[in-house]
Amino acid sequence: MAYALEISDLKKTYPGGTQALKGISFAVEEGDFYALLGPNGAGKSSTIGIIGSLVTKTEGKVKIFGIDVDEDLALAKTMLGVVSQEINFSGFEKVIDIVVTQAGFYGIPKSIALPKVEKMLKRLSLWDKRNDQARTLSGGYKRRVMIAKALIHEPKLLILDEPTAGVDIELRREMWTFLKEINQNGTTIILTTHYLEEAEQLCRNIGIIDGGLIVENTSMRKLLGRLNVQGFVFDLESPLDKAPEIEGFPLKLEDPLTLVVAVNKERSINALFAELTSLGIKVNSMRNESNRLEELFIEMVKK
Amino acid sequence: MSNNRNISVALWTLTTKEIRRFLRIWIQTLVPPAVTMSLYFVIFGSLIGPRIGTMDGFDYIQFMIPGLIMMSVITNSYANVVSSFYSVKFQRSIEELLISPMPNWTILLGFVLGGVCRGCLIGFIVFGVSLLFYPDFTVVNPLLTLTVLFLTSILFSLMGFINAVFADSFDDISVIPTFVLTPLIYLGGVFYSINILPDFWRAVSMANPMLYVVNTFRAGMLGVSDVSIGFALGMILGFIGVLTGSCLYLLEKGTGIRQ
Ligand SMILES: Nc1ncnc2c1ncn2[C@@H]1O[C@H](COP(=O)(O)OP(=O)(O)OP(=O)(O)O)[C@@H](O)[C@H]1O
Ligand SMILES: [Mg+2]
Repeated sequence: MAYALEISDLKKTYPGGTQALKGISFAVEEGDFYALLGPNGAGKSSTIGIIGSLVTKTEGKVKIFGIDVDEDLALAKTMLGVVSQEINFSGFEKVIDIVVTQAGFYGIPKSIALPKVEKMLKRLSLWDKRNDQARTLSGGYKRRVMIAKALIHEPKLLILDEPTAGVDIELRREMWTFLKEINQNGTTIILTTHYLEEAEQLCRNIGIIDGGLIVENTSMRKLLGRLNVQGFVFDLESPLDKAPEIEGFPLKLEDPLTLVVAVNKERSINALFAELTSLGIKVNSMRNESNRLEELFIEMVKK
Repeated sequence: MSNNRNISVALWTLTTKEIRRFLRIWIQTLVPPAVTMSLYFVIFGSLIGPRIGTMDGFDYIQFMIPGLIMMSVITNSYANVVSSFYSVKFQRSIEELLISPMPNWTILLGFVLGGVCRGCLIGFIVFGVSLLFYPDFTVVNPLLTLTVLFLTSILFSLMGFINAVFADSFDDISVIPTFVLTPLIYLGGVFYSINILPDFWRAVSMANPMLYVVNTFRAGMLGVSDVSIGFALGMILGFIGVLTGSCLYLLEKGTGIRQ
């Protein structure tokens, strides 16, 4: 299997002495949609910075489509697009100029870049704002300018550092559709996010990094498979003074009108309803206790 | 970026971006030197100049013109690169350059060419203004004049670049121009010939690099110089070589731009 990205034993110590990466290794297959997750300060942006040569590495190897960045950085860069976590364009320039200039830096002359830029800006709903000064855009649209910039040279590997942070729900869903589409067209995507639902929706494989070390590297399916207990919350019609005891279902009364239960995956929730009905307890509504993935995640980075 | 065509497109993109930048803010970049120099010409040239008499055999205003042009070229080429490169760092849009396959020398050359264009353009503007006050001015050696103009703006663009690489705040980009560049220019023979100085101060002045730049330029425009032209040109070229090497080394190491 060909790899879009291979990282081995990557270490980074910042000048101040912070050891951001303590030797991480992982690989992302060509065509994959990969999530790099981890708490604040885990080292995600440092890793991405090193891949894009915006940050110098202390030790280790980075290969992009088999090309070692220490051997042919320029060639590796032509295959890579990066959307940084922080805004990195001049706010005083027009949206269209920013993207055309970025294309120019990749060696694409203006006459060839213009039609591409038009297509890209239209695709990202930025075309109407093409003549606006970038600083006047709202945060979500600034993020789109960054995406347009990163894709203008048609990279085979796209890395996005928290592309949906601060983006509203509608825009976020639009962005998901867009990213899924370019992934289906063959672009390998790596993304970091703090929204686990996003990773669950988009990504096939995930790596979890914590304290500068990879603590997990697996497929989303396997990870979800590990979740064998689900929590449910029942809103009751009439108050109870104590939780009912039902065999196999540990029930907890959070307040007189709210009942919480942890249900093992093998058990049918029907059985629980039957028991509740026979005890004369009426359930008005039911919801998932919280994001299951989030709990698993917290457990993994707590270790 | 292996291929030359891509590199020239990238260089063209960066250079024209740099030129557009100083043209867009022309009120801050092109007008001030024209205004300041007009004042110098009015006060020192027309009002006080006649009382001073001649300097090295020329009317005082005529003697001053090459000096004032050089002063403007030096400050403007320096200012262009230091403020542009520092803002690019500050706004993080330097990432646009670093993420691209452009080689380091193209990045340096793009910024330097921006500074050179502003420096030379200012040189012509100030010369135009001086003609309003002294219409009979004729340039003795145009080739030497243009060569020195070009080399000087390269030299000070490179210095501005190094200043920007090490700058960590907006203060850092004005410290060197205010406390180093300006005094050296004022004491570098813009307003007087060092022949009028006592021996001791004349010897001290010889250690001021600005003196060579200003005098070589004056040699081109007026045909007189306090220093040897060959030696001065050699020094300028030598400095350009050393500074270019230093800039490329800093870029390669990522000093001030890659964490
Ligand atoms: N320029 C820098 N200088 C010094 N230390 C830094 C620098 N950038 C990051 N660090 C430190 O390196 C560690 C990893 O930071 P990094 O930005 O890679 O984390 P992250 O996983 O991207 O976090 P977040 O989710 O908050 O974006 C942190 O301890 C951070 O303080
Ligand atoms: Mg980060």
